[in-house]
Amino acid sequence: MNESRNRALLTVEHLTMRFGGLLAINDVSFVARDREITAIIGPNGAGKTTVFNCLTGFYKPTVGRLTLDHGDRTFLLEQMDDFRVAQKARLGRTFQNIRLFPGMSVLENLVVAQHNRLMRASGFTLFGLFGTGTYRHAEAAAVEKARYWLNRVRLLDRADTNAGALPYGAQRRLEIARAMCTDPVLLCLDEPAAGLNPRESAELNSLLLFIKAEHQIGLLLIEHDMSVVMGISDRIVVLDYGRKISDGTPEEVRNDPAVIRAYLGEDEDEAEAAR
Amino acid sequence: MAVTSQRLSASLAGANLFAALKEAGVAALIALVLSVIVIGMRTVDQQGGLGVEFRPTVVALAVGLVFAGRFLLVLWWERVKPLDRSARDQVMDRIGAEVLHYSKYAGIALFGFALAVPVIWSDNRYVVDIATLVLTYIMLGWGLNIVVGLAGLLDLGYVAFYAVGAYSYALIALHFDLSFWACLPLAGLIAASFGILLGFPVLRLRGDYLAIVTLGFGEIIRVILLNWYSLTRGPDGLSGIPRPSFFGFAFTRSPDDGERAFHQLFGWDYSSMHRIIFLYYLILALALVTNFFTLRIRKLPVGRAWEALREDEIACRSLGINPTNTKLTAFAIGAMFAGFAGSFFATRQGFISPESFTFVESAVILAIVVLGGMGSQVGVVLAAVLLIGGTELFRELAEFRMLAFGALMVAIMVWRPRGLLAHRDPTLLLGGTTPKGDGGGS
Repeated sequence: MNESRNRALLTVEHLTMRFGGLLAINDVSFVARDREITAIIGPNGAGKTTVFNCLTGFYKPTVGRLTLDHGDRTFLLEQMDDFRVAQKARLGRTFQNIRLFPGMSVLENLVVAQHNRLMRASGFTLFGLFGTGTYRHAEAAAVEKARYWLNRVRLLDRADTNAGALPYGAQRRLEIARAMCTDPVLLCLDEPAAGLNPRESAELNSLLLFIKAEHQIGLLLIEHDMSVVMGISDRIVVLDYGRKISDGTPEEVRNDPAVIRAYLGEDEDEAEAAR
Repeated sequence: MAVTSQRLSASLAGANLFAALKEAGVAALIALVLSVIVIGMRTVDQQGGLGVEFRPTVVALAVGLVFAGRFLLVLWWERVKPLDRSARDQVMDRIGAEVLHYSKYAGIALFGFALAVPVIWSDNRYVVDIATLVLTYIMLGWGLNIVVGLAGLLDLGYVAFYAVGAYSYALIALHFDLSFWACLPLAGLIAASFGILLGFPVLRLRGDYLAIVTLGFGEIIRVILLNWYSLTRGPDGLSGIPRPSFFGFAFTRSPDDGERAFHQLFGWDYSSMHRIIFLYYLILALALVTNFFTLRIRKLPVGRAWEALREDEIACRSLGINPTNTKLTAFAIGAMFAGFAGSFFATRQGFISPESFTFVESAVILAIVVLGGMGSQVGVVLAAVLLIGGTELFRELAEFRMLAFGALMVAIMVWRPRGLLAHRDPTLLLGGTTPKGDGGGS
């Protein structure tokens, strides 16, 4: 593994999230490195999405420090509002149940993602109202960027249709493209392969590898589809009942007895014990 | 074979006939229950007080009419199968898209017509007055369309900003002796700050909850206007509000010394219609400004952010869009246009009181936006003409016109729940050409 070469992009330390009496995440620490794909796996209800929601500012963690290192600046994510995490710390994310803007066109979805840059270019609407050159150039640049990503996810011919009218797999791809349009340094994907057929998930693999190689950013993904996880991850973090039970390369994790127990046996044992 | 099929169809027809009779019977029963109370009894003056007169023949007539009508209607439906819902929606969507497509030309035609109204009816004050009223509501509808149609924030207290604008204009003009053109932006600014004031506490609310709070806000403003007697003169209202001048030339028969009146400027004879027509063009210009502003801002980042916020707020947050600022700008800009419309209202009437700013006004403006099709500029024009012009047209029907108004709303909500012209064109296409949105005048 090239851990020594890639700096730690995201450092999660002692993350704990409590909802009333429910301990959703219990003292989880891990590192996601730059230009690496880190996968978080675990059985249903293990707290994977909760980790994501803490990272992206949608939840405020009960305990823990989440540091995102841009190289020249660091951000403490647990102290930032959700939209600032995306805006300033440049953490892009997708959702488990796709959240596009269904009534807007595919292209508009990608242009909205570049809101903050366009907002500045339009002089916070003032110059934009009078159609000054700066704004027109910025908008053309935004459309170019959208075109690049549409080409990448094979949606160029659907650019002017409503996002809600796309088939499921295309919506998944569009959501990734939209997140990439925000220029993230770390892209967080919540079950990107859910509901995809084998061909589509192979295509997803190559898209994610492309993003890693070409755009030089870190990726963090939650996934159930083992063909995706084992095929492309550089590092895997395994959660179970809110705890981290394993952390390492795909090979290490695959042979970790704790992981095998969590995936194959423990549910039954627990059921026995509960009875 | 032929015989059996004939018998089959005959028995089917029999079954249909029976079903139709049954349905008509049910309708007649409901009509009976309702009509006994509503039209079956009538209060009459008697010696020593009121008495009740029963009118069984009228009831029988009503029930009979409902029975026959329902029966014929059911039979009619048997013959012509009505389109099912999705097919009907498709047809209406296509019409919406078509209208949107032609609205470029329709907008120009409507604008031309709007320009010509005072020329065609130059001596008919009634028509010009109605047209002015319709335009006021079109402007309010376009303003509210920003908040409800684009940003998706259901605002039931829009009239509050209208009132704030009207009172700001009246108070500033009365106390500081500023001209209409100086007061207009001030009133808009004050209304916009009230928009932000309302926006802050309701940022976290959506849908029904937001509607209730905004409804309360509208009432609070009205109650304050009613009770703050020292400032607003309460229910007595403010009178003697200065009338607008034509860039300093007043619309009076005999101007003050050293000043010239409007008619003298052009060497015309004095006519009271001059001011009416000037007011008409004034509101036309204000409404058009609102329209072009909306069309323009839809294509700017903030306008797209409004629409994105309407579609999915959480996704917006994940893209780094500040929902607080985005919502507040929608509230503020919507309120600003209501403030402009309010100033116009005050200067046109010359007298304002809290009476003019009741909840019904909010409801009518919202109805215009919803009926027209949320987010559709032409739809607002259509709905305003229908609702405001329509109710004026049926003035002879007295109180029954409100009934017709209600029936119309129900009909549209049943057949076209997303509004008459609910069709949205993307704000930009990949060719790099931004499509023309819906233009419009009155």
